[in-house]
Order: sequence, then C-alpha cells, then structure tokens
Amino acid sequence: MEKVAVNLAYLLSASLFIFGLKGLSHPRTAVRGNMLGALGMLIAVVVTLLDKRIVDFSVIIAGLILGAIIGTFLALKVEMTAMPQLVAIFNGLGGGASTLVAGSALYESPSIDKLFLSASVASGIVGAVTFFGSMVAFGKLQGLINERPLRYPGEQVVKALFGLSALGLGAYLVASPENLGLYWLIVALSSVLGVLLTIAIGGADMPVVIALLNSYSGLAAAATGFVLQNNALIISGSLVGASGIILTNLMCKAMNRSLLNVLFGGFGEVAQTSEEDIYAGKVKATSPEEVALLLEGARRVVIVPGYGMAVAQAQYAVRDLYNLLESKSVEVEFAIHPVAGRMPGHMNVLLAEVDIPYEKMKELEEVNPTFEQTDVVIVIGANDVVNPLAQTDPKSPIAGMPVLEVWKAKTVVVIKRSLSPGFAGIPNPLFAMDNTLMLFADAKKAVQEIVNALKEG
Amino acid sequence: MEDFVMYFTIFVLSMFVGFEVITKVPPTLHTPLMSGSNAISGITIVGALISAGSGHSLLTTALGLIALVFATINVVGGFLVTHRMLEMFRRKD
Repeated sequence: MEKVAVNLAYLLSASLFIFGLKGLSHPRTAVRGNMLGALGMLIAVVVTLLDKRIVDFSVIIAGLILGAIIGTFLALKVEMTAMPQLVAIFNGLGGGASTLVAGSALYESPSIDKLFLSASVASGIVGAVTFFGSMVAFGKLQGLINERPLRYPGEQVVKALFGLSALGLGAYLVASPENLGLYWLIVALSSVLGVLLTIAIGGADMPVVIALLNSYSGLAAAATGFVLQNNALIISGSLVGASGIILTNLMCKAMNRSLLNVLFGGFGEVAQTSEEDIYAGKVKATSPEEVALLLEGARRVVIVPGYGMAVAQAQYAVRDLYNLLESKSVEVEFAIHPVAGRMPGHMNVLLAEVDIPYEKMKELEEVNPTFEQTDVVIVIGANDVVNPLAQTDPKSPIAGMPVLEVWKAKTVVVIKRSLSPGFAGIPNPLFAMDNTLMLFADAKKAVQEIVNALKEG
Repeated sequence: MEDFVMYFTIFVLSMFVGFEVITKVPPTLHTPLMSGSNAISGITIVGALISAGSGHSLLTTALGLIALVFATINVVGGFLVTHRMLEMFRRKD
C-alpha cells in the first residue's frame, strides 16, 4: 500500500514537470511553469524522505543543506553573461549524481538481471561523459581552458578506443556482475572520453555542446531510473533528454552542419581566402557621431547582437540606445540568430536583463524579410551569422548556413574591434560592402558614444 | 524482462510527450528552458537520498552523500536561476 502511495506521488511530480515545461511556451506563463516544476521536485523529495529504507537522516540533512547553500549562492550570484557556464556546471552535476547513484545501487542491491545491469552501465557511461564534458565546457566558457578546438593526429581513433573499451567492459560487467569494481573503471574511461570529446570543440560550437550535455544529463537520470526501477526518474529524465535533443537539432540546423560534424569534424583547416582581395581599399570606417546622424534620420533600426555584446557587457548601453531611439519614435527591433552567443537563447536573456520587451526580439525567419525596409542595421559583436558568403560561396565552410541578411538594409553599421575573422576563420565581405560602415571600437564604449552623440545632436 | 519492458514503454512515451511539449517553447526562452529542464533532471536526488540515508555501507553512504550534494545544487540552483531569468522576461506594467 505504501509503495502505491509513493508511486502515485511520483506520478504527481512527473505530471507537474510536464505542466511546468508546458508553461514555458510563453513568457507570461513561464514563471508559474517553473514554480510548478519546483513544486513537483519538492513533492518527490518529501515523499522519498518518508521511505522506510532511510535509517539515518544526519547525512541527508548535511547533504541537503550544503547543496542548497551552494546552489542558491551560484544562482543568485551569476552574471547573465555567464549563464552558459552555470548551465554547464549544473548539467555536469546532474550527470555526475546519476552516475554515483547508479554505482551505489549496484552495491546496495546487487542485481543479476542483465537488462538492469545494462542500465547501470549506461548511467555510468553517460553520466561520467556528462560530468567531465560539462566541466571542460565550463572551463572553455570561463576562459580557464583555451577556447580553440584541441586537435591532434589520430584523435578520432583515441576517442573511439576509450568509447569502445568502456562499452566492452560494460558488456563484460553485465555478463559477470560479481566484478563490481569494473563499474568504476568504466566510469573512469568514460570520464576521459568526456574530456576528449569536449576539448576538441571550439567556443562558438558551445551552443550545440551545452544542448547535447543537457540531453545527456536527462538520459543519465532516465538510465538511473531503470536501475532503481523508479518511474519518476525515467519520466523526468526522458523529458529532459527530449528537450536537449530538440535544442541540439535546432542549433545544428542553424549552422547547417550535422551533429557528427560539430562533434568530430569542426571547421578544420580553412584554406586562407585572401582577406586583402576582399577588404583592400573598400572598408569604410565611421565615427559614433556619424552613426548618430544616420540614426537621427532613420525610421526603422534593427540591432543584431552577438557574443561580442556579451563579452563587452554592452547590453546596458544597448538598452540606453534602444530607449533613446524609441523616444524619438524610431522603430527598433532585435534580430537574433539561433547560435548567437554561447548557448541557445543567450542573447534573449541578456536583452531581457535590461528590460527589452520580448516582442522586440525577432527570430531569423521573421526578421530577414524586413531588412529591405530597414534604414540602419547595427551589428554588435557578431560576425559569421551576418556573413553573405554563406549564400554566395558554396565552398565556404559556412555554406548553406542560415544568416541574417543585414546587407539588404539601407545602411549597415558594424561595431567591431578589428577586421579579424569570426569563429569560422573566414573573412566577411559584408565589411567591404558599399552600404557598410565599420565602427572600430569596444562594443560598450561605441554604443555609449553613439548614445551621447544622439543626446547632444 | 517484463518489468524492463514496462519501464521502457514509459521511457519511450515520455520522450514523445517531451518532444510535443518542448517544440512549443519559443527560442526566446531557450536558455531558461535549458536551466529549468536541467533542474528537472536533478530528480536523481531521489535516488541520492536513499543511498545517503540507508546506512548500507560506508561506501554507499559516501557515494550517496556526494550524489546528494551534486543533485541538490542542480535542483536548487537550477530552479532558482530559471526563476531569476523568467522574472526578467515578465512584462513590466
């Protein structure tokens, strides 16, 4: 009877998670949705604490308090620009917890059922890859590890070796469950694999990696659910797994690359297209005052934010510019490329932080047809996502990638420190177009100076 | 085997539910979606609580405790930071 009640409570939790995720379909209902999810989690925890297998609460209380303090501190302290790092850490901790729980369960109730043993192995592998992959992703995003992809001869063979030996040992463990220690060897091999997989991926591909690790953290929880024969874990884990897969897929589409290419290919060595030919004598530099004059006469302005805006912490200056232009009854919208920034939706969060209404944040498909009626486009710290080569050069590494067609506007102002290439390592002919003006400066400073010039003018 | 098939059925059906629900989330909310769904994947806390509290052996208690700390950070931090972000998206009246 007690088991029935517990399982019904878990069902309630799982239902609340589904309602919670459903709430995220609109910014108005999202806050409530998130609270429903938290309520579901609270119910699951409270019901579990009533479990009669628990004999000692001192360890539990210590763990809960320590975890809650660290979690609260991280959540309240984090800068919005550092959100990708934080999500990476959380992903990793979730995956790591699943691996440890599955390992502990092996000792608590040794099972001879091969299917459930396979689930333990799956949890061990996926969870460890998630944990260490996420820590490397965190290191790259935080600048502790070089953001550039680490490539070496035979790297795919090395990764395959680690992956296959983890799987092989897993199969052996399933066949002879008395060698429990093998589980930790599998976890160790998978940990190295997690590091190797992520270290080979460059900074701008992080949106894909974070989404993928998000999915893994869910799948690891689901696998642990099979081990513990617990529906709450299976349902929640698969929901998150599905969510991560969808996001991964969207990110790959937004770069016109396959997941395999992102994970194992990268952009590789790009044949150096001569920048001289493209830029020589055609790039026009401008000043904040000139941009302010342009904006004075504009009716519609579109701002394209990129990772550079986050790096320069320019979102507050951008908000001032937005408010000033709106007060002069200029129509202002934001064009957001799906892979702008370092995680899905990164730019939207930064803009929301400075009170830009979400109706003003436009997706690529929505905004592209409007560039022809746009007087001024301001590109802030974005490069590859506004590169016309994606449409004109079939040999380019970004060929076929959906891009923001900013060049169709009357004038394009690109705020950038130099002509240096973006992540794809290719020059951008946009910078040399007749209707493009380059404002060479730090994003924050440049936008502030434009605001000042507008106020004076 | 039968048990496993039942759990597997639940797994597959939940994936379908997940796909249906999540495709409706607008790109603007993709970051909160990630942090929020991530907090949900901290459900593994349920297993960690039992491992940490069952007093089975020193090893399982230690594993349970580490897992519990990880999962609690994941859950508490995840829901909280998602709330923080979503509040920013709420329209100001």
